[in-house]
Amino acid sequence: MPGNMVTSEFLVNVDHERCRRCKRCILNCGFGVFDFQNMTTADSSKCVACHRCVVFCPEEAITITRNPLAFREHSSWDVDKRKAIWKQAQSPGMILTGMGNDLPWLNVFDHLLIDACQVTNPSIDPLREPMELRTYLGRKPDSLKVERDDGKFKLDSKVANNIKLDIPIMFSGMSYGSVSLNTHRALAIAAEELGTVMNTGEGGLHKELYPYRDHIIVQCASGRFGVHSEYLNAGVAVEIKVGQGAKPGIGGHLPGEKIGREVSSTRMIPQGTDALSPAPHHDIYSIEDLRQLIYALKEATGYKPVSVKIATVHNVAAIASGIARAGADIIYLDGFRGGTGAAPAVIRDHVGIPLEIALAVVDKQLRSEGIRNWVSIIAAGGIRSSADVVKAIALGADAVGIGTAALIAMGCRLCQKCYTGNCSWGIATQRPELTGRLDPDWGAERLINLVNSWSLEVKEVLGALGVNAVESLRGNRERLRALGLDESTMDILDVKPAGR
Amino acid sequence: MAKSAQKKARSVTLDATGQYYREMNTEVRELARAGCDEIVLDGINGQRYIADGLVDKVRIVINGVPGNDLGAFMDGPTVIVNDNAQDGVGNTMNSGKIVIRGHAGDVIGYGMRGGKVFVKGNVGYRVGIHMKSYRDQVPIVVAGGRAGDFFGEYMAGGLLVLLGLGEGEGAVAGNYLGTGMHGGTIYVRGEITDHQLGSEVREFPLCDDDIKMLADLLAEFAADVEIDLAGVEPDQFKKLQPFSHRPYGNLYCY
Repeated sequence: MPGNMVTSEFLVNVDHERCRRCKRCILNCGFGVFDFQNMTTADSSKCVACHRCVVFCPEEAITITRNPLAFREHSSWDVDKRKAIWKQAQSPGMILTGMGNDLPWLNVFDHLLIDACQVTNPSIDPLREPMELRTYLGRKPDSLKVERDDGKFKLDSKVANNIKLDIPIMFSGMSYGSVSLNTHRALAIAAEELGTVMNTGEGGLHKELYPYRDHIIVQCASGRFGVHSEYLNAGVAVEIKVGQGAKPGIGGHLPGEKIGREVSSTRMIPQGTDALSPAPHHDIYSIEDLRQLIYALKEATGYKPVSVKIATVHNVAAIASGIARAGADIIYLDGFRGGTGAAPAVIRDHVGIPLEIALAVVDKQLRSEGIRNWVSIIAAGGIRSSADVVKAIALGADAVGIGTAALIAMGCRLCQKCYTGNCSWGIATQRPELTGRLDPDWGAERLINLVNSWSLEVKEVLGALGVNAVESLRGNRERLRALGLDESTMDILDVKPAGR
Repeated sequence: MAKSAQKKARSVTLDATGQYYREMNTEVRELARAGCDEIVLDGINGQRYIADGLVDKVRIVINGVPGNDLGAFMDGPTVIVNDNAQDGVGNTMNSGKIVIRGHAGDVIGYGMRGGKVFVKGNVGYRVGIHMKSYRDQVPIVVAGGRAGDFFGEYMAGGLLVLLGLGEGEGAVAGNYLGTGMHGGTIYVRGEITDHQLGSEVREFPLCDDDIKMLADLLAEFAADVEIDLAGVEPDQFKKLQPFSHRPYGNLYCY
């Protein structure tokens, strides 16, 4: 009987005429593809196309190709479905995967076009005129009372604590445990330099990163890993993670292999045991319970803003309204394309709704209830470019969160094998020989370059739109048009078709 | 009261009758930070979040029924409640002690990582969910009475002890006892049938260390909650533990 019926996804070819036998490929591959017996050999079945070997081969002797093996075409039984069945028939279990949804669902962002000024209402050149990207996250008062005192104006209203971001882009929650400490370091350094924030994810915050407290949002998830009074006060805000776009409605299982000494001390759980996050918070079974935890966190932190992160699911608008009324300051919407370190493929690929639609309905719902100013909305889970940033803001986001894009900037090739802990780029791994590969300063520099590039592009688009502040675009759907979307989707988005 | 006067006072009594929790907790926080040894809160009637996130080594005595999330995220204080308590006692608590000389509600000790919660009477549903231990931190919840469903669900470490005293019908704990448990130990005194247990949990025989630990713990519990434990012996307890630290290790294929 054949041992493995799942054929190799990729073929690794070593050009032996070019190969100098330096064995760098052997050292670099986290998945153990290469071996050396008189010459460099490759086991293609282990290759995930992460390109680490290709990038580090000094002779460009390695090529990776998709296995051209022909499968009899079948429009319904595509090859991935057949392979999944072979895998599960071989070893029972849910198919695990990493990163975001990779199925070709309609991407609404790619069907939205941005407006620009022509002739009337002249456009603005952001190179010559100031362009404001600064964004404040948190509850805004229903009204402001200003008093005139001795010729000076004085604010006479109590305003809730807000977080100041120099740019409307933050780094999404990725836990220490799922990603390496060097990844967290890079994100923290970049967040400080950029005047924005990183999010710890649910695995606590390493003590070494406490000095970055002004640029950190600490997360409190159902497993409560590493959550204690000092940690809750180690950031500018606390986030209650209810759900994640890649895996709405389910918990997390960080395998014991990834719980080494440092992860263990940060999460405050013994080394080598699985870190299981229950699907729900067992102290939150209702909006009233959510309110209770929000205020417990506020009491414990001197009333810092509290963010509630949810996955975008079918009735997201009603849920968001409940969250706003529960006293949250920020609602973090994580779309169904959001990334993950590990999720069952059936959940990642089929559960939830697109961020764009969720964002539009949440913004609209909160406006219709007159409570939009109570909360800021963060849009994350599917932001791939500055164009997506602009479109998300026009659909109603106050700011966006980027996770996958940040990892790609640091070398991630989207091989989707984060759950194996073998990441050759040193990102989604705890193996010391791999984590050392990501130099935090190098990573931070690339993150800073990326976000600064996007900021320039956002300013350029704002200038073309004839506005000089990101505030003027927020929720302004009149500046968007749809191309190739059906009537009901346009109705839900509240966006007109191009030409109207 | 002036700041300087507070510093000298070793014990301060506040009348919290009708006071909103936010103002009251701010006062408690300031007193604790000023080095007060004991704060007595009279007239408590449902005020939430008492001792929430407090890290000072202060003793807080509560006369009346405190509201939800008593001692949430607490890290150090000792809280004595001379009455019943409500839901969420010791939520994600890190260290310290909470003594309740009455009954307590649901979700006691959720995600608790250290310290002790002693409840003289019964506890409600979802008690001890996802308690976890870390190094020398071993969270302990002891209840003198009976417990509802999901006792010790998802438990990853620490000790849950149920004495089963007092009136009640049927088993001393509810269903789904220890479901998803992957660490820690539950000691139950009273009948438990197999159908009540989560599939990850089994009964293990008590060893000498268990007996000694339980004897010490019961003595401490009896003194704190002021109960006579004549007739309660350590060897009457059933010891429940998970038989795998990785109950979900075989859930996936790659």
